[in-house]
Amino acid sequence: MKKSVGYVFAAGMAAVIGSAAPALAQTQPAKSPTLEKTLKAGALSCGVNPGLAGFGMPDDKGVWAGLDVDLCRAVAAAIFNDPNKVKFIPMTAKDRFSALQTGEIDVLARNGTWTMQREAELGLLFPVTNYYDGQGFMVRRKLNITSALELSQASVCVQQGTTTELNLADFFRANNMKYEVIAFATSNEAVKAYDSGRCDAYTTDASGLYAERVKLTNAAEHVVLPEIISKEPLGPAVRQGDDVWFNIVKWAHFAMVNAEELGVTRANVDEQLKSTKPEVRRLLGVENKYGEFLGIPNDWAYRIVKHVGNYGESFDRNLGAGSRLRIERGVNRLWTKGGIMYAAPVR
Amino acid sequence: MSVIGDSGRPPPPSRRKVDVKALSIQFGLSLLLVWLAWEAVGNVAENMRARNIPTSFNFLGATAGFDINQSLISYSATSTYGRAFFVGLLNTLAVAAIGIVFATIIGFIVGIARLSQNWLAAKLATIYVEVIRNTPLLLQLFFWYTAVLAPLPGPRQTLSLPGLSWRMPEVGALMAAAVAGSFGFLLFAFVRRQLRRTNLSIPAYAAAAVCTVAALLFATLGPKVVGLGVSSGFFDLYTGAYVFLNNRGLFVPAPVLGDVGFRLLIVIGASLLGAMAFAYWAKAAREERGLIFPVGWISTAIVVLPALVVLWLGSRSLALDYPQLRGFNFNGGVRIYPEAFALVLGLSLYTASFIAEIVRAGILSVSKGQTEAASALGLRRTATLKLVVIPQAMRVVIPPLTNQYLNLTKNSSLAVFIGFPELVQVFVGTVLNQTGAMIQIISITMAVYLVISLATSIAMNMFNKRMALAER
Amino acid sequence: MSDAIRTSTPIFVRESMTADRAPPVSNAGPAAWIRDNLFPTPLSSVITLLALLFLAWALPPLVRWLFIDAIWSAPNGDLCRAPGAGACWAYVWQKLGFFMYGSYPREEVWRVNLVLLSGAALVVWMLWPDARGRGGAALAFFTVYPVLAFGILTGSAPFPTRWLPTSGTGQLLWAFLYVVLIAGAGTLFYTGRLTALAMAMIGFVAWAEIGAWWPTLGLSHVGTNLWGGIFVSLLVATVGIVFSLPIGIVLALGRRSQMPIVRFLSVLLIEFVRGVPLITVLVMANTMLPLFVPQDWSPDRLLRPLIGVALFSAVYMAEVVRGGLQAIPKGQYEGAMAVGLSWWQMMQLIVLPQALVTVIPGIVNSFIALFKDTTLVAIVGIFDFLKAVETARLDPVWAGPSISTSGYVFAAFFYFVFCFGMSRYSLMMERRHAAGRKR
Repeated sequence: MKKSVGYVFAAGMAAVIGSAAPALAQTQPAKSPTLEKTLKAGALSCGVNPGLAGFGMPDDKGVWAGLDVDLCRAVAAAIFNDPNKVKFIPMTAKDRFSALQTGEIDVLARNGTWTMQREAELGLLFPVTNYYDGQGFMVRRKLNITSALELSQASVCVQQGTTTELNLADFFRANNMKYEVIAFATSNEAVKAYDSGRCDAYTTDASGLYAERVKLTNAAEHVVLPEIISKEPLGPAVRQGDDVWFNIVKWAHFAMVNAEELGVTRANVDEQLKSTKPEVRRLLGVENKYGEFLGIPNDWAYRIVKHVGNYGESFDRNLGAGSRLRIERGVNRLWTKGGIMYAAPVR
Repeated sequence: MSVIGDSGRPPPPSRRKVDVKALSIQFGLSLLLVWLAWEAVGNVAENMRARNIPTSFNFLGATAGFDINQSLISYSATSTYGRAFFVGLLNTLAVAAIGIVFATIIGFIVGIARLSQNWLAAKLATIYVEVIRNTPLLLQLFFWYTAVLAPLPGPRQTLSLPGLSWRMPEVGALMAAAVAGSFGFLLFAFVRRQLRRTNLSIPAYAAAAVCTVAALLFATLGPKVVGLGVSSGFFDLYTGAYVFLNNRGLFVPAPVLGDVGFRLLIVIGASLLGAMAFAYWAKAAREERGLIFPVGWISTAIVVLPALVVLWLGSRSLALDYPQLRGFNFNGGVRIYPEAFALVLGLSLYTASFIAEIVRAGILSVSKGQTEAASALGLRRTATLKLVVIPQAMRVVIPPLTNQYLNLTKNSSLAVFIGFPELVQVFVGTVLNQTGAMIQIISITMAVYLVISLATSIAMNMFNKRMALAER
Repeated sequence: MSDAIRTSTPIFVRESMTADRAPPVSNAGPAAWIRDNLFPTPLSSVITLLALLFLAWALPPLVRWLFIDAIWSAPNGDLCRAPGAGACWAYVWQKLGFFMYGSYPREEVWRVNLVLLSGAALVVWMLWPDARGRGGAALAFFTVYPVLAFGILTGSAPFPTRWLPTSGTGQLLWAFLYVVLIAGAGTLFYTGRLTALAMAMIGFVAWAEIGAWWPTLGLSHVGTNLWGGIFVSLLVATVGIVFSLPIGIVLALGRRSQMPIVRFLSVLLIEFVRGVPLITVLVMANTMLPLFVPQDWSPDRLLRPLIGVALFSAVYMAEVVRGGLQAIPKGQYEGAMAVGLSWWQMMQLIVLPQALVTVIPGIVNSFIALFKDTTLVAIVGIFDFLKAVETARLDPVWAGPSISTSGYVFAAFFYFVFCFGMSRYSLMMERRHAAGRKR
C-alpha cells in the first residue's frame, strides 16, 4: 500500500513539475535485481575456470589471477571500490551455464565462447568479447610438423563437452583425414595424457594451448601449429532479463579498453584525474555522471583502472610479456594498433 | 500401539486396531510422497522452462558431430546420438564381461593361495588383498593408466615382440599338431583305461611322450603328406616382428578368416549341438545303465576338434592382417587401447581382491568332516573337491560373487576419468553436454544399469537355486 | 608250546642301552619351518621359487625408488627431474598444506584442525570398546558435532537464519515457541515418557540459540568453493556416515515392516540406488537436484554431492542393518511383545541395541567403502584429496616424470593407513562379539 501511494505521489509530482523531470530521472538510477543482490551479499559471485593459466587460476595461497578474473575484479571494483569483494566459484565446463541460469553466479567469466546457441537456446547474453581466440593444435617439436593438415592418422587429446570436441571432428571430416580422438572429462587429464605421449596432438583454444604448455614437463619441446580451425570469441556471460547488469559488465570491460586507448594506466590514473582531455575526464567521472545511470558510483572507471589496470596492463600481466605464457597480443591489439579490440566511447 | 501394553491384552483381539493404525500410517506416507512428487514435478517443469532445457527424446535422432575412438559397431561423427549411446553401452558390456572373467580367475587363484600351506604364497596373497582392498579404485585406475603409459615408447620407437608370430603355414602346422595331439591323447586315455582292467599299467609320462612325438611328426610331415607344399618346418619361427607394444596400445595381427570363417561358424554350431546331445545321452546312460564317461573332456573334444580340422584344411586361404605404422599410428590388426587395458586391469585386480576373500570364506565354510568323510568313502582328492567341497562352497560363494560382478559393472563407469568411451563417458559426458537433455540422459543411463543389475540378479538367482538343489 | 618257550634259552638279550638316536631332522628350528612352509611338495616348491624370483625382480627397484633414490628435500623440481631420481617426497612435503586443506585460507586452517581433531576424538571415544559414556559420545557426534562443525567451518550461523525473528512480532512468536517447547519437554521428562521427543525439543531450542548467538563469535565466512583436500574427503565421508546411519536404520525397518506400502517403498528405494553406479547418483544430484526445488533454493555445490553420497551410503547401510535385524533371534521379539512393549519400545530397547552392536563391523566396512568412494566426488567438481593430488601434479615448478607417481603413492599410503586401520578395528570388534556369543 505504502509503496504504491509513493509511486502515485511521485508520478503526480513529476507531472506537475514537468521541467524538473530530467533532474528527477538523474537521481533515480535504473533498477537491477542482480546489482541489488550483489550489493546485499557484499560480494560479486563470479564463475571462473578452475585452473587455466592466464584466464583464471588460484595460486598456492588461493588468490585468483587471470584475464577473466580481472574482469570480475573490475566489476567488483566498480561496485564496491574493492577488487577483492568477489566470490570466485570454479566452474567445470559441464555445469557453468546452468549455474548462471540458476543465479548461483551472476557473471560467468570462464573463457566461454560466444555462440548463437548459447544466446538463443540457453537464455544467456555475452556482453563483450574480452579475448578473440581460435582453436589450434599443439604437437611435439620432434614430429617435424608444420601444419595441422599433416595430422592425418594422429591421436588427438581433447576435453569433453566443449565446442572444441565438435570443431575437431568437423576439421578432420572437412579435410577428409582420419584421426583418433581421446576425450577426457577435464583438461587436466587431457593434458596429462598428451604429456605422457598417449596423443600426438592436443587441441583447445590457442590461448589455452599456450597456457597449458607451461604445465608440461618440458615446455620447449612443444610447438603450437599455425592453423586456427575455428573462431572463438571468448567473453563473459550474464543472464537474460537484466539489461542494467548486462551494461555494467559490458562497460567494465569497455572502461579498461578505453583506458588503454587513452593512455590511462594504474600508475598515472591519479594524475589523469587532472587531465584536460574531455574523453579522459568523462571516463574517470570528472565530467558528467554516467555511472549513476547504471546504479554505480560515477568514479567507477577510475576505480577499475586504479585497482585492476587497463586492458593492456591486464593482458600483459596475465597472458603477455609480463607472464610466463608470453602470448602475442595479435588480433587482441587495440583497433588503433591493427587489432580488433574496440570499445564504444564514453559519452 | 501402547494400547496393547496398557490393556495387557494379547495381540489377536487388537489386530483390527493395529490395522487401522498401519493403514493410516501408510495412507499418510503415500499422501506425503504424492505431495512431494507433485511439488517436485511442478518445480522441474518450471525450472526447465526457465532454463530452456529440452524435454523430448528427439535429440537421440540428431547428428552427434563428435568422434569416438573405439567402437564395436560402426560409428562416425555423422552418426546419431542414439548410435553413440549404443556404442557406449556395448563398450560398457564388453569391459564388464572381460573384467568379470579376469577378476574371477585372479580372485579364485588368490583366494586359494591365501589358504595355501605355502607360507610365501599365502603372505603375498594377503598383502595383495589388503593393499588393493584398502585403496580407492579411482586411485588405482589413475595409477595403472600412468603406470601402463609412462614406460612405453611412442609408436615410432615401438617395442616389437619378435618370435610370437608365425606365417600361416606354420599356424596350420601348429593346428595339425594340436589335432594330432588331442587324438593321440584320447587314444592313450582309452588304451590306459583298458589296460587298467587287466592290471597292466604303463607309465603315464612315457605314453605322453610318445603321443607328443607322434603329434610333432604328424605336424611337420602332415602338411607335406596332404600336399599343402609347406616349405619350412614347425620350428622355423618367423623372425619378423608383427606384435607391437607402444603407448598407443598393443597391436597383434588379426586373422582374416574369409570364407573359412563361415564354415567355421557352421561347424562350431553343429558340434555344439552334438556336444549337448552327447551330454544328454551320457546322463541317461549314467542313470540307467551306470556307465560313466569323462563328459567334460569328450564334449570339449567334440567342439574343438572339428573346428581345428576346418581351420587346418583351410589354412591356405587364411591370412593375417598385420599392424603397420602409417603416419603417426599403427593401422590394421587387432588393437588393445591403453585406456581399455588400464580399465580392465584396474577393475579386475580390484574386484579380484574381494572375490579372493569370498572364495576363502567359501572354502573355509566347508567343514573338515566333509572332506574326511569323502576320503573315508574312498573318493579321490579331485573327486572330493569336485563332488563335495566345491558344491558346498559355491552355495556360500555365489550370492556375494553376484554382488561383486554387479559392482564391477557399475565401477566400469569410472572409465570417465581415464578417457575410455563407455556409457557414462559417452552419454553422460559428451552427449549431455552437447544437448543439455539432462533428465532424459540421466534416466536412460540409470535405467540401463538397473536392467543390467536386475538381469544379473535373476540369472545368478537361477544358478544359485540349482546349486542349492544339488545339495539336497 | 609253553614248555618249549620255558625251556629254550633266549636267542638274544640286550644287555646294555642302545646309543641315543639323533634327534629328528625336522619338527623345530628354522630349517624345518622352511621345509614345511616353503617346500612341502614339488608344486609348492615351484611356487616358492617363482615367488622368490618375483620378489627379487620387484623389491629392490621398489625400495630404491621409494627410499634410496628418493628426493627428500628440495626447493623445486630440478633434483627430482634428474635422471635416476626416485620418488619426489620433497614435492609431497611442499604440497602437504594444499593436499590437506585445498584453498581454505591459510590463516583460518585452525578451524579445520579444530573440527577434525574434535571429530577424531569423538569417534575414538565412541568406538573405543571399553570407554565410558560411549552412548553420549555417539549422541554428540550425530547431533551437536555436525551443527558446531558447520558453524566453525563456514563461519556462518549453523541455523537457517531466515527462520530467526527479525521483527517484534516474530520475537514474540519465538518466545512463545520457546515457552511451549521447554514446558512441553519438562512435562515429558517429569512423566518419564517420550524422553527422546523431549530431548529433541530442548535440542531445537539450543540449536536456535546457538544460531542466534553465533555471529558474535566473529568468524569470517569461508565459502565451500575454497574447501578442498583431505579435509573435504573426510568431510564427505563423515557426512555420509552421520546421515546414512539414521536413514539406513529407517529404511531397514521399513523393509522389514508388516505394512505393504512402507515395505514396497523401502525396497524400491534400496534396490534402485543399489542398482546404479555412484557416479550417476552424483551427476544426478548435481544437475537434477536444483531442478527439483524452487529456483531460489538452489543447494550449495558441495551440498549436492553430499546429499548424493548420504543417500547412496544410506541404502547400503540399510542392508547392513537389515542383516543385524535378521540376526536377532525371534525369541527376543516375542519376549519383548510378551512383556507388553510397544513396537517403538521394542525396537528402541530390545532389538536395535542388539542389532547395531552385531553389525558394527558391517558399519565400519561400509564406512571404508564410503571413504574410498569419496574420490568420485571429483566428477562434479568437488576438490577432494585425490583431485588435489591430480591438480598439484600440474605445477610447472615441480612437473616431472616422477611427480605423478609420487603423488599417487602418497595418496595410496594415506588411504591405506585409514582403511586398513578401520578394517582391523572391524575385525577386532567381530572377534570380541564372537567371543561374547560363545560365553
